[in-house]
Amino acid sequence: MKKSEAPVRISAAGSAALSQRSGKTLGQRILENWQLYALLLIPVVLTIVYKYIPMYGIQIAFRDFDPNLGYLGSRWVGFDWFVRFFKAPTFWRMMKNTVLISVFGLLWSFPVPIILSLIINQVRFQKFKRVVQTVLYAPHFISVMVICGMIKIFLSPTGGLLNLILGTQIDFLTHSEFFRTIYIASGIWQDAGWGCIIYLATLANVDPGLYEAAKVDGASVFQRILNIDIPELMPMVVLNLIMAAGGIMNVGFEKVWLLQTDLNKATSDVIAVYVYEQGIVDAKYSYSTAVGLFNTVINIALLIVVNKVVSKASEVEFV
Amino acid sequence: MASAAARKKTSAGMSDKTSDIILVAICAIALIIVAYPLYYVLVASISDPYDVYAGKTFLLPSGFTLDGYKAVFADPKIVSGFLNSVKYTVIGTCFSVIMLYITAYPLADKNLPGRKWISLFFVFTMYFGGGLVPTYLVVQDTGLIGSMWSLFLPGGVGVGNMIVVRNYFQHSIPHDLVEASEIDGCSKFRTFISVVIPLSLPILAVQAVFAMVAYWNDWFTAMIYLGGKGEPLPLVLRGILMKSSAAQEQAAMISGGYAELNKQTELIKFCSMIVAAVPMLIAYPYVQKYFEKGFMAGAVKG
Repeated sequence: MKKSEAPVRISAAGSAALSQRSGKTLGQRILENWQLYALLLIPVVLTIVYKYIPMYGIQIAFRDFDPNLGYLGSRWVGFDWFVRFFKAPTFWRMMKNTVLISVFGLLWSFPVPIILSLIINQVRFQKFKRVVQTVLYAPHFISVMVICGMIKIFLSPTGGLLNLILGTQIDFLTHSEFFRTIYIASGIWQDAGWGCIIYLATLANVDPGLYEAAKVDGASVFQRILNIDIPELMPMVVLNLIMAAGGIMNVGFEKVWLLQTDLNKATSDVIAVYVYEQGIVDAKYSYSTAVGLFNTVINIALLIVVNKVVSKASEVEFV
Repeated sequence: MASAAARKKTSAGMSDKTSDIILVAICAIALIIVAYPLYYVLVASISDPYDVYAGKTFLLPSGFTLDGYKAVFADPKIVSGFLNSVKYTVIGTCFSVIMLYITAYPLADKNLPGRKWISLFFVFTMYFGGGLVPTYLVVQDTGLIGSMWSLFLPGGVGVGNMIVVRNYFQHSIPHDLVEASEIDGCSKFRTFISVVIPLSLPILAVQAVFAMVAYWNDWFTAMIYLGGKGEPLPLVLRGILMKSSAAQEQAAMISGGYAELNKQTELIKFCSMIVAAVPMLIAYPYVQKYFEKGFMAGAVKG
């Protein structure tokens, strides 16, 4: 980050000079910048149409939506759809599965990139380090579809890699007790390396003088990691933790849906899949919207709570 | 102080050489865990499926064959899926990068009246959205179902990435260059084209690769909006990888072995995964050195 310091200083001076000569009225300043507003026109229109109008459309969660009658013409039903969802036979199973996949996923996959980057950062052979990083990033660039194809083939009871190694013939994807492990382990395999980038970038900013001083003091690599690297990494870790905690109800739809079989539904039935099946497959628009909204509201509440708790405990602020 | 340092030295115990070996060993293990499954798929894609089933292909291909790849490139569905994916990826990447740039550049100008509100207008959509069905209904109402544009337009501006680009404009492009070009009589637009864009190529490359990967790998948007028309490669793969396996395994049990047809389909599975994954795996190392820069630009508060 050393390189970028110079431009920052210059830009600070530059903007000070700019604000000095802004003795103009607001109208003049807007007119002066008309080209910038013109650039923003298309993004703003698209965002209104495809982001804000759907927000307005959320009201169908409280209505019995009929496409012919429109949003406002459809009958108001209040919280009926929500009540129906809470009474659905699979409601508690879905809640439990969604939360458990997330919580276990967070517990297992959150520490891996931190540990990996602490180790990679201390490797002194630059070429080897580059190779390790390149390979560890690779799975992130592979489609979930291909990842699930690999999972399916590797776990196949006939000739699957895992069964060949174990000498067994287990059909892992039909056993609900394996589902979470499969989901989380493959997630770590795919994204742990990618998760290192932000930590490695943070560690690259550690003042080399600190390492020199530690060496003079006779600190081992382990002590350097413990006393220099970990404190340096903490703010970033906290920030990422807040982000992750806020997304706890956001179990990705794609992988669960692709790996779901009738026999593992006891642990693989999650809210995201339900929203899709009810809304797009069965076209129960209002009901699906209500379920999705319920999920979003819990997420936002979690985000706010976690942010409050953590920002009290540290000076990191959630952007 | 000196004695404390000495004590530390003895208590540390581990020499730098030993710790080097341990660090490298851990990295090597991680390397193997990540690389081996990919390597195995590659090996299996050029091996005799019988040998793969018998576990003869752990390290080296056995019974070398290119039949799988021949079959993949002869399959009209896979070929058209591949071409569709290329088309969506090229157009989508251009669209996404242009959207990022034309949003980030105005918002990087600290003197733009209303800048804070416009930023908030975009950032809000990161935390709250209409959800699946309300968005689907708007896509339907705007007549995009079945059209390629349904893959690009509803995504709008990638706000997280837009912030990264905006911060890059603010912190990594010398402000006096922008000033100088404006004093020389360049319009804001001209400055954007001839000063800002050429100076931001590293971040442009990273964003282009991110967009490329996202479009190449996307199938969910295509599944719900395209209505079965012009399926991209991952959706074609779904038919090959996900649906058939149960029926096939049953057939195999009944016939007591793998028929010639099954042999072919097994081989196609491995080959089609390679065909789907390799283009992106080739593309990303070129911009890898810019990743950290791109991420840190996002971490700076602007």
